[in-house]
Amino acid sequence: MERKRKKSKSNIIEKRKEVLAELGNFGVNIYDQINEGRFPSIDMPSRSTENIAYDKQLRQFILGDRKVRRSARNIRHLKPFTQLVWAAFFSNELASQRKTSTLRDVYYSAQAYEMTFKDQQESNNIITDLETVLGLSREDFNIFPEERSAVFGDLTIEYTVPGYEGKTLNLDSHPDGVLIGPALTSSEFVKTTADKVIAIEKGGLFTRFIEENVHKKHNALLVLTAGQAPRATRHFIRRLNSELKLPVYIFTDGDPWGMHIAMVIISGSANAAHLRELNTPDAKWSGVWATDIVDYKLPTDPLDEVDMKRLNELQRDPRYIGPLWRREIKTFMKIKRKAEQEAFSRYGLTYIVDEYLPTKLEETK
Amino acid sequence: MENSLDAAESLKIPPEVYVRLSYEGEATPETQIYKLRVEDNGIGIQPRHIPSAFGQVLFGSKYKLKQQRGTFGLGGKMAILYGQITTHQPATITSSTGIAKIYSYKLMIDIQKNRPIIVDRKVLINKDQWRGTLVEFSLEGDYLRAMPKILDYFKQTAMVNPYANLTFVDPKGRLYKFTRVTKEMPTPPKETLPHPYGVDVELLQRLIQVTPYNNMLEFLRNHFHRVGEITAQKFLEYSQLSPSKNPRKLSHEEIVRLMHMLKKFKDFLPPDASCLSPLGEDLLKTGIQKELNPEFIAVHQRKPATYAGHPFIIEVGIAYGGEVPRRGSFLMYRFANRIPLLYDEASDVSVRVITSMNWRRYHVSPDMPMAILVHICSTKVPYKTVGKEFIADRVEVRREIANGLREVARQIQLFLSRREHVDRDRKRLGVFSKYLPKIAQFSAKLAGKEKEPDIEKLLTSVKKYGAEEEEE
Repeated sequence: MERKRKKSKSNIIEKRKEVLAELGNFGVNIYDQINEGRFPSIDMPSRSTENIAYDKQLRQFILGDRKVRRSARNIRHLKPFTQLVWAAFFSNELASQRKTSTLRDVYYSAQAYEMTFKDQQESNNIITDLETVLGLSREDFNIFPEERSAVFGDLTIEYTVPGYEGKTLNLDSHPDGVLIGPALTSSEFVKTTADKVIAIEKGGLFTRFIEENVHKKHNALLVLTAGQAPRATRHFIRRLNSELKLPVYIFTDGDPWGMHIAMVIISGSANAAHLRELNTPDAKWSGVWATDIVDYKLPTDPLDEVDMKRLNELQRDPRYIGPLWRREIKTFMKIKRKAEQEAFSRYGLTYIVDEYLPTKLEETK
Repeated sequence: MENSLDAAESLKIPPEVYVRLSYEGEATPETQIYKLRVEDNGIGIQPRHIPSAFGQVLFGSKYKLKQQRGTFGLGGKMAILYGQITTHQPATITSSTGIAKIYSYKLMIDIQKNRPIIVDRKVLINKDQWRGTLVEFSLEGDYLRAMPKILDYFKQTAMVNPYANLTFVDPKGRLYKFTRVTKEMPTPPKETLPHPYGVDVELLQRLIQVTPYNNMLEFLRNHFHRVGEITAQKFLEYSQLSPSKNPRKLSHEEIVRLMHMLKKFKDFLPPDASCLSPLGEDLLKTGIQKELNPEFIAVHQRKPATYAGHPFIIEVGIAYGGEVPRRGSFLMYRFANRIPLLYDEASDVSVRVITSMNWRRYHVSPDMPMAILVHICSTKVPYKTVGKEFIADRVEVRREIANGLREVARQIQLFLSRREHVDRDRKRLGVFSKYLPKIAQFSAKLAGKEKEPDIEKLLTSVKKYGAEEEEE
């Protein structure tokens, strides 16, 4: 499927322009306040739990109307305020020089400007503040998490990172998959023959799927989430879904944690309530369900106390109102067992690919 | 030494006291023989009084009262006596009142007869017009064990005698010098008659023996403080004594009754305090500054008060920070008539008052580097024991100490909170001076401006108005 390159390309460029403009505006705002002899202050949405609500229309968490004011006149705010301005400045440097950085890197880079952060957590919080103020995610201003997730399949991308501009790559070119890092997330999608995306929680199964040619048999792009999907990966999956119109199917372990990995891809997390476009509301959780454990008579482990506690939390979570989720939570609670994806190996190594996968893809279509 | 200080102060000259302790030889495995030499620049002693003054216990009788370091004039003699008992050596006393001659006596005390034995007597020409007294005698002791207390004694004596030069040379030849920092001296006490509330049978008997008056009215009028003709008449009426009765004819029972009646009669005026010589707030401050070198001192002198007919004045001081060590509890200095009290601290009324005070009210805690000084001056210090080491817990005394301490505590509270304020302001300005330039720098770069915005206005307003403290 050939995509309209022009429109796609402008997406990435437009986004970068928007980011730089936002950062610049932020600076001008503060600069002007000081110049007028006022202590600079900024208002941003409050991220306190009372101000986080689930939006049924958007199918994700959003922040309410409550604002907080950070003012440089308040001595308690002064340091975080300065850190925030520094973070904006640093992001601006990254974005304009088209360099990337990680949260860890930010923490250390601050020291070069005599801006010390007490710990990693403090610097992470400031980056989250900046996201909230600008309404952009940190990946937009080139701060990435450590990469660990990957993608494999027939998708041609075109790089936009410096030095690689215009170069293309087909994501089936390396059998271990391609790391979903800054270069890939900032790439344009050129063309693909795939008609679906299969997201997989664990590396072992991801490799098995590639070995067993799942991408060909099912015409799919395979995405390894490697546990809870990083935000860059969630955004990447969303782009596959929204730009390429590919349906997304998620396969996780059959336990409360696996179930929630799928949920975060679908509905986002409360932590990212200040951000948009990280979730893929139409993605499907295809397994392993609690009912699969029963139906396929999978080898299991008992749910321990922590698992049960998690189930109870999920039961009260507004994202889990759909009938599928309610049923699966109930079943988990009833059978009090869990199963990993690898459990299918009791029926032979290819059973999961040959039998289980097609059935489930059909079932959750 | 205390006598030396008294001797100089009565002349209103700043005292110079030189004390030397030198090693003479072994006495027992634990103790050694030392020679003690104490020299002063005091008033000197009339040559004819020297033998009795140092060789006869309970020499001299006091019919009038004033605040003095010693009460009965026993200290010096007891020291010489102790030396004689332990070493059987005579004491040498050399003195001159500044006349052409210096008299030097070698004395021993005949303990049974309470009489001085003059072993040797010399008269020297006083070429340099020396005035003072020099006492030298041997004694047995254990210097190493006593050393800390001896040094404490000097340091604390220096603290309440900032106008004195004290020199001490110890047996190892080490020199300890406590130099005066002022020539100001407290007003010397005036002699007063005993107050009727404070008399005892012994004093009454002595007065009766020496009185030239033949009737009770004159006797009362002339021998007691605050008793005039009218008061004497009223009292005699109250106690049903004939004004014309000859005091020498009072029987022992009548004397005891007289004492009780004197104490019971309500209309005697309280004693005045001119017989007292407190150090005064300025000298107290000077002394504390000199010996403790603290960051802050608060002192307070209470108005004169009385207990059982004895006038007394409480002076208190509190020293904070500087060279005052942090001990986990307050450092305590107690003085009575300018003599340091070194023993039995825990039993002292001052310590009880301090312990029962709610220091948290004053934002003071025991782990602060803090020293507290309590000085009581009285014609009769209410010692609890004959050892004269701690002050008894008498209601009147306790109240005065407590009120004095509250006053200095309020001052230290004020100091601490003011300092905290200044600290906070300075710290706050520091924070703004650190971060505002950075905000200016980063925002200018973000905004793409060449010139950084001017933050001086903001810093000035922080200096002027402080900053918002409200929680988010």
